[in-house]
Amino acid sequence: MMSDIKIKIIDREGVSHEVDAPTDMNMNLMEVVRSYELAPEGTIGICGGMAMCASCQCYVLSDHQLPEKSDDEEAMLSEAFFVKDNSRLGCQIHMTEDLNGLEVELAPAED
Amino acid sequence: MIKTDILIIGAGPTGLFAVFEAGLLQLKCHLIDALPQAGGQCAEIYPKKPIYDIPGYPEVLAGELVDNLMEQIKPFQPGFTLGERAETIDKLEDGTFVVTTNKGTKHHAPVVAIAGGLGSFEPRKPILENLDKYEDNGVAYMIKEPEIYRNKKVLIAGGGDSALDWSIFLADIAAEVTLVHRRNEFRGALDSVEKVQHLKNEGKINLMTPSEVVALHGDTKLEQVTIRNTETSEDTTLDIDNFIPLFGLSPKLGPIGDWGLEIEKNAIKVDNSLDYQTNIPGIYAIGDVNTYPGKLKLILCGFHEATLMCQSAYQRIFPDKKYVMKYTTVGGVTGFDGSKKEAPKAVVKSIE
Repeated sequence: MMSDIKIKIIDREGVSHEVDAPTDMNMNLMEVVRSYELAPEGTIGICGGMAMCASCQCYVLSDHQLPEKSDDEEAMLSEAFFVKDNSRLGCQIHMTEDLNGLEVELAPAED
Repeated sequence: MIKTDILIIGAGPTGLFAVFEAGLLQLKCHLIDALPQAGGQCAEIYPKKPIYDIPGYPEVLAGELVDNLMEQIKPFQPGFTLGERAETIDKLEDGTFVVTTNKGTKHHAPVVAIAGGLGSFEPRKPILENLDKYEDNGVAYMIKEPEIYRNKKVLIAGGGDSALDWSIFLADIAAEVTLVHRRNEFRGALDSVEKVQHLKNEGKINLMTPSEVVALHGDTKLEQVTIRNTETSEDTTLDIDNFIPLFGLSPKLGPIGDWGLEIEKNAIKVDNSLDYQTNIPGIYAIGDVNTYPGKLKLILCGFHEATLMCQSAYQRIFPDKKYVMKYTTVGGVTGFDGSKKEAPKAVVKSIE
């Protein structure tokens, strides 16, 4: 079994959480946030992880090398609100061992 | 007034399959959906995406699943009120319900099944100061009557199909069409993108990219906007009559949230030990819109919930009738349209 990694997530209230994320369950960052209930159900991962909404948008604070954005993610972020240069969709960031120590902040909900 | 046995709010896969299960019990259904077509998210958001966890289908496109469900329920002749959002519910003295849509269409039924998924899809609004002041005074989020834009200066914002298609359409009607998008790239059908390119070259569409609208101006109605180039941060002021932001749709639980139903985690609490009824007897919630301990938002779970709901609805509508569930392999499927499907009879004949 692969080991868990540590991730720091700042929720929408500004509270910081250090959580363990499994790397062997095909999970993405949005799902990690949901599994720890760091954002209310129904306010994150609305489209289920298809890069078709921006409810899992987050700002990447650490300097980890993340995979390139797909066209779908790029297009979705171009229409999302509160977008910054370090914005990513959590559902497109898969939990891998080299993301150990990743720090992200959840973007505000759209409403 | 539309009358039916089970009024289903939401025409996604769960709502559609409920029509089939109700039909087996000789109950008629009518569906209301805010979208102009049946299928819910499957048809609106991801018709071309494959689904792999529908029992019996190793792989099926979401759009195909909807087509199949529509075919499956055809014999039960469901009614549809599409493009209207269920707004209010009134309980009558006899325990039946009247549901009225935002367009005033009234529906009367003894049982209401909310299969509302994530809610009704509402346009996403940009975050701009005083936006609500200009709504219906120059700002609109969807185009209902293109004629009102004749000879007007129109600004469309967005980078998807609807922004492209409406820019093309209005280029012939409006005095000026400006299309603003935060990126240089558009996500749309190839010929729409090419058509906009062509109209831009002809000077019929004023294309402003990469830029976004950052401020609205005008005393009582919209008169001007400030557009910022997102690369150079340079601001431009433009005189316009209409601003149409087309940033897609996002689901909202909406008016159903005010019906007195118990809500938890943006979903409707139901009794999953029995029949998916809500805290209001006669109102059920099935599919993604409900919640209970262990809830999974899966289409296959919605099908199960719809099936149990229909049995309970039958008992509610006919409290004195005795009934046991019958397999379709035994009873076949008898449609309200007179059609009958059943297993072919075995032949009893001696072989000599």
